[in-house]
Amino acid sequence: MTPTRPLLELSGITKRFGDLVANDAVSLSVASGEVVAMLGENGAGKSTLMKIVYGLVRPDGGTITMDGRPLDISSPRDAMAAGIGMVTQEFSLVETMTVTENVALSSVGLGRVDVRAARQRVVDAMDRVGVQIEPERLISTLSIGERQRVEIVKALFHECRVLILDEPTAVLTPQDVRALFETVQRLRRTGLGVLFVSHKLREVAEISDRVVVLRRGSLVGERATAEVTTHELASLMMGGTAPEEDVASAVGLPVAEVPEEAPVAPREGAGTAERRPVLILTDVTLERPGRPALDHLTFEVRPGEIVGLAGISGNGQTELMNVLGGVELPTSGRVEVDGAAVTRLDVRGRLDAGLGRLTEDRRGSVVPQLSVEHNLVLEDLPSFTRRGMLDKAAIRAHAEEVIRRFDIRATPTDPVSSLSGGNMQKVLLARALSRRPKVLVAAQPTRGLDVGAYRYVHEQLHELRDTGAGVLVISEDLDELRSLCDRILVLFRGAITGGLPVAEATSERLGAMMTGESVEV
Amino acid sequence: MSINVLALLSAMLTIATPLVWAGIGELIVEKTGVLNLGIEGTMYLGAFIGFLVALRSGSPWLGLIAAIGGGVVAGLLMGLLTVTLGLNQHVSGLGVTLLLIAACEFAFRLLYTGARPTLEDKFQVLLPDVPVLDQHWLTYVAFLVLAPAAWWVLRATGMGYRLQAVGENFEAADVAGISVTATRYVALMVGGALMAIGGAFLTLAVLGNFTLDIINGRGWVCIALVIFAKWRVWPVVLGALIFAGTDALQLQLAITKTFSDIPRELMLALPYLAVIAALAVWGRKVHYPASYLQAYRRG
Ligand SMILES: Nc1ncnc2c1ncn2[C@@H]1O[C@H](COP(=O)(O)OP(=O)(O)OP(=O)(O)O)[C@@H](O)[C@H]1O
Ligand SMILES: [Mg+2]
Repeated sequence: MTPTRPLLELSGITKRFGDLVANDAVSLSVASGEVVAMLGENGAGKSTLMKIVYGLVRPDGGTITMDGRPLDISSPRDAMAAGIGMVTQEFSLVETMTVTENVALSSVGLGRVDVRAARQRVVDAMDRVGVQIEPERLISTLSIGERQRVEIVKALFHECRVLILDEPTAVLTPQDVRALFETVQRLRRTGLGVLFVSHKLREVAEISDRVVVLRRGSLVGERATAEVTTHELASLMMGGTAPEEDVASAVGLPVAEVPEEAPVAPREGAGTAERRPVLILTDVTLERPGRPALDHLTFEVRPGEIVGLAGISGNGQTELMNVLGGVELPTSGRVEVDGAAVTRLDVRGRLDAGLGRLTEDRRGSVVPQLSVEHNLVLEDLPSFTRRGMLDKAAIRAHAEEVIRRFDIRATPTDPVSSLSGGNMQKVLLARALSRRPKVLVAAQPTRGLDVGAYRYVHEQLHELRDTGAGVLVISEDLDELRSLCDRILVLFRGAITGGLPVAEATSERLGAMMTGESVEV
Repeated sequence: MSINVLALLSAMLTIATPLVWAGIGELIVEKTGVLNLGIEGTMYLGAFIGFLVALRSGSPWLGLIAAIGGGVVAGLLMGLLTVTLGLNQHVSGLGVTLLLIAACEFAFRLLYTGARPTLEDKFQVLLPDVPVLDQHWLTYVAFLVLAPAAWWVLRATGMGYRLQAVGENFEAADVAGISVTATRYVALMVGGALMAIGGAFLTLAVLGNFTLDIINGRGWVCIALVIFAKWRVWPVVLGALIFAGTDALQLQLAITKTFSDIPRELMLALPYLAVIAALAVWGRKVHYPASYLQAYRRG
């Protein structure tokens, strides 16, 4: 499909937040039928630019034109009227409403809603996009992966001419990504222009015609996807300053032919059986109307190993996180952390017992109005208290250290609500890791991280393991699990259907287990 | 000791009426995540303007229309403070209440020094000869039209979806093309009108005159009722009936021999204690609208 005429054009878009220039005179265009991918480090200004196009952020300067006519977009309503649709990076779903209500929200008038007809239209839209979620379910009962799918259905519910996708694949399974890409390919043939933000170079290579790279607010490069190498893209993203091996390891191969990440060999003596497990779940059951969300779940994590929990989201991941984190009590069963029963303990008690956690709902894990430095110490106030008072100097020093190590694009006093998605994720990771937990339970730990940060986090998790802690990683991303873990378990309908050492965990075997075929541990 | 059950029920419905009007008004506003503590003042304003205009024009209907207008303006004022300027909702609401009560009191004292004017023509009860059903039309409307309509609008219409979306996640509402500002303003204006009708009911239908303590905390009761009801319409009506029933009972008991020794203040406090007790039992673990008390600002 060759791009025909320029559809959407941005020119000289500038946006400042105080002293920070989030977008510095950015100009780019999307043609009808074209997919333009946008790359850039965490905090580079990608989401800000997308939000400007969709009317969620007011630019300080620049113009937006559609079909050559200038647009004045001052709200999402204007953007929708101009034929622009968007999947936002942070979900925009009303948790107390159903899937149908959320999807239909933007098209209901003021009067009576024909629920039947609305449901039918939503189901049709889900069929078109290749998504299956019960339309009557409340959003609050959906996992992050399911919510992401609802977001995509919502954006494709309307006819639009330009579709903005801000990291829509960060929490999707490869199958879902496939379904999304097929839909995008189909729609582009009818003339849809797409702006696609992702940190996953393979996806960018697969779906896009053109790649643009943003660095610290400025557009630093624009290439035809077919002609660029990932190496070139990575050095554009990180700037000339990035160490050569960083760039190389982040990518290393031409975009067009990134293979699946090869599984790493298991380390010598990983998860030695003699040592007492740091996390034990015995017969943990969580009843829900219908079938149990967790069904006699039994497994353990030993010190010095990283266990991956694979599974299609919606099979009990969210509930398991709740039960582990102390947000919800299991109906029956037992949870032990480092030898102590924590089944009935609250969040605080579990943290004290040595549990660290990184929940999938990052918005719900921070206090958005509080500063970065305060969010960083929220779970560990006693260590930052001297004679009953918060030790401000120690908190500041800790924050500065963390910001440097994780390369967080923010100052200690910025409110967390102003951080980019990836930077917010880094704050949460840093908080969980710096408490040196005995066992860390992490859902989607690298969600939305740029290539550099992705690598750094994996190093950090390996280091935590090497100091004798146990790590449980919950993710739908098999490639990530295979490159990170020592052992992979599969969760299906609230129970473990099997486990494999990473060397034997091929995508095919895992994929079969994820749909319910049992394989011996 | 004898209690006249029919009189008790009749009084209960009358006492509950302003609570149903204003309570549903508050509910609609709070659905969008705005706590309108201006309710007490808005009811007061409705009672006063309704009375003033009815007195001057001789028509309770004109009084009611004026009260509705006053309520809409009070809602607009709340909107200006909390939506447009984004000020703290507690402070804004209390400020509006204090301002409106002070202004009405001042005007009342200025206009009617000494004299205690009474409306010549106030709303009369329908079916005066039938016990319990001997109510004002505003009572009938409150229970038979307003409550079912509010329930239906919130549950089954696009307007209801919008109110809920704004109250639960205003960013999501914005992304869906729903104007947070417009939705909150509309809710505040409609809610203000309903609160003012609740206040005007007291002067135009029940009393026929205006006293300085006419609202006497009924607005605050409505705030409690909405929480007790967990932002649902029928429980607000139920809560209003519980409060009104206790109040009616207290009034009857106070005139019976057995209870005449009990301090009057304690008897008067009974319905309020009932509300507190109800809140303690059912008002726990409530899910507040997620954008409660917050002003919306885009990035
Ligand atoms: N409302 C705001 N107030 C202040 N600063 C903001 C605000 N929104 C974004 N920023 C800052 O602007 C910069 C760009 O943020 P943006 O969300 O556009 O990054 P991004 O490229 O999408 O990153 P990521 O890959 O992590 O999603 C960041 O440094 C962020 O902290
Ligand atoms: Mg972003």
